[in-house]
Amino acid sequence: MNFDFSDDQRMLRDHARRFLSERSGPAQVRAVLEGEQSYDAGLWKGMGELGWMGTALPEEFGGLGLGQVELCVIAEEIGRALAPTPFSSTVYLAANAILLAGSEEQKRERLTALAAGETIATLALTEGNGAATAAALQTRYADGRISGSKTPVADGDIADLAVVVAKGAGGPVLCLVDLTGEGVRRETLGTIDPTRSHATISFDNAPAELLGDGGDQWALLEQVMDRAAILFAFEQIGGAQACLEMACDYAKERYAFGRPIGSFQAVKHKLADIYMKTELARSNAYFGAWALSTGAAELPVAAAAARVAGSEAFNFAAAENIQTHGGMGFTWELDCHMYYRRAKLLALALGSQKRWKDRLIDRLEQRNAA
Amino acid sequence: MDFTDTPEEAEYRAKVRAFLDANAERKEPGKVFKARYGADDLIPLAKEWQAKKYAAGFAGITMPKEYGGQGGSQMQQVIYNQEEAGYVLPRGVYEIGLGMCIPTMLTYATEEQKQRYAAPALRGEEIWCQLFSEPSAGSDLAGLRTRCVRDGDDWVINGQKIWTSGAHFCDYGVIVTRSDPTQPKHKGLTYFFLDMKSPGVEVRRIQQISGVSNFNEVFFTDVRIPDAQRLGAVGDGWRVSLTTLMNERLAVGQTPAPDFDEIFAFARQFELEDGPAIRDAEVRGKLADWYVQQQGLKYTQFRTMTALSRGQTPGPEASITKVISANKRQQIAQYAMDLMEQGGIVNDEASAPMRAMFQEALLSSPSGRIAGGTDEILRNIIAERVLGLPADIRVDKDVPFDQLPTGKG
Repeated sequence: MNFDFSDDQRMLRDHARRFLSERSGPAQVRAVLEGEQSYDAGLWKGMGELGWMGTALPEEFGGLGLGQVELCVIAEEIGRALAPTPFSSTVYLAANAILLAGSEEQKRERLTALAAGETIATLALTEGNGAATAAALQTRYADGRISGSKTPVADGDIADLAVVVAKGAGGPVLCLVDLTGEGVRRETLGTIDPTRSHATISFDNAPAELLGDGGDQWALLEQVMDRAAILFAFEQIGGAQACLEMACDYAKERYAFGRPIGSFQAVKHKLADIYMKTELARSNAYFGAWALSTGAAELPVAAAAARVAGSEAFNFAAAENIQTHGGMGFTWELDCHMYYRRAKLLALALGSQKRWKDRLIDRLEQRNAA
Repeated sequence: MDFTDTPEEAEYRAKVRAFLDANAERKEPGKVFKARYGADDLIPLAKEWQAKKYAAGFAGITMPKEYGGQGGSQMQQVIYNQEEAGYVLPRGVYEIGLGMCIPTMLTYATEEQKQRYAAPALRGEEIWCQLFSEPSAGSDLAGLRTRCVRDGDDWVINGQKIWTSGAHFCDYGVIVTRSDPTQPKHKGLTYFFLDMKSPGVEVRRIQQISGVSNFNEVFFTDVRIPDAQRLGAVGDGWRVSLTTLMNERLAVGQTPAPDFDEIFAFARQFELEDGPAIRDAEVRGKLADWYVQQQGLKYTQFRTMTALSRGQTPGPEASITKVISANKRQQIAQYAMDLMEQGGIVNDEASAPMRAMFQEALLSSPSGRIAGGTDEILRNIIAERVLGLPADIRVDKDVPFDQLPTGKG
């Protein structure tokens, strides 16, 4: 039994935490929140120099060839530091889509650029309010061109490349679109978390290149979402842990009624609840990491469970962190709201809790029938 | 990360399985096993099973060989517990004695006493109980009032204990008493072991909400305990008590049903007006919550095992297991009965779904949130020992015990 990270993985975590505490501290995250930039370009460059985008990509495609567990370790630190970069869009979503669906040539060309940090990429799936389902797709692909509108697209305003989900002749297809090319119009959106920029992207007969053979790729898209769900879950436990630590530190220092508020059971029990939810989410995420790294048959169930537990933990931790801070907690000045924003963003990014819970039970039913 | 046993662990697990397969009935999915604690046939069955375990080398796995144990590792104990959980066996008779009382004896008793008491307990011939809680000392254990007064070579005990599991069938017990009420409460305590057949010990069964009687009130009227049966120094009983409590067995996936698997099975077979309950969106949402809790606890235990496997001591982190699983069980019982509508009222085993498992759990589940540390105390432990929050302000800490206000309790 070894359900923990190796010494090398721990070293990687320590290194990532040090790097992010210097380069993605609260002041730097706040600069993106309050400024005009959609992301922290300097931080992104630094992450590229460390090779983070290629952590789990094979060496033949320019990656470090480490492993999915190593990528999970980095994801947790990114979540803890609220790093304002297009890492999740590029690495968890676009790179996984290309890796799973792309031809050898597409992988060699595109993944190499992603791994080097030269290309920012994203996945364009959602088309406005409501669930992103195969039946609801309006964006169309035909003969190397796509038309339609995607919104909101994470990092859609800064990405160079998008994996776009569109309706093709034989069902939903994944295709690559150069976002700086002809027929593409994009507009930055106002969102609950400006440290992770989103845009509306309109395609008007824009050139598009099919990923793979052009058959129905919805099942493949779900595999991409599952992989991303586990990596997002690590960002969520990183964020939840940061909230827990902030709340505990404050509860020890803040005095009321002649004593630290952390000595009151009403506050202790709240913090214990954050801890319990975070630990349950952590354990589910660890199992997800194991499934991801081994390609185990449990992956779909493990991914949905990690996602459900991760969203629950981070949302709860972020809200109760504000509550623990009292009036100061809902000021712009304190950092609590940066976590609160990110928690809700992450919980919606791949689809809601309701949808993932439904998906989890679907998969358990399938497993039971098998 | 990998879940495979080391070769030594795998070999041990295979040995355990071979023993269990040869001697016990395996649990089958969908088959409902009701708790038989308190039934008349429990004690002989439990004694027979404990003797078999001892003969096969699975009793006292972590205890020293010279006292009848196996001198094995915590990891082996966890492996044994994991495997044993998959079989139908008489439970609830030896856990406290072998998990808490005997380890305390091995820490504080004389060599002669250890030789005399440890092996018969491991063989299942003598059963032990723990006499700690009192009517006015539950979560606040150090507020206990049962008195001990020195008289020659003996101590004379007067007072009352409560919630004493198994006292009605136990041969020996460990007890913590107050020797000096003029000291602050933690300082005037003294700890003993005693023969439960001693004159002046009276055991009265307590009937629980569910109708069964697992535990007892125990009254002490001029009970004499030889000073030779004192464990630890006079006035040092609190420290000895902490040894007992720290030996609470490792929380290892033995939560009584119903858990996720049972409500999942129920939701798939139970018809609501518009189809099976599992097709209902609200039902699916609840099932998902319980699944991630169940899995979260399972893999938290794997993390604990990883620490054990490396020879580390797991911290109080494991206390989340009881809070989550006890609450989950109560919620599952409540929700399954809601799905049955008015029919949920009926607890007749012949007609209620799944042999009235959920109705039974409705009535037995409140105890899980109280016994062995309440939800509230466990949250305090997590907050203070894991998160490092300041201790509660204690108005009774430095005041002589006999000057504390007592209220009506």
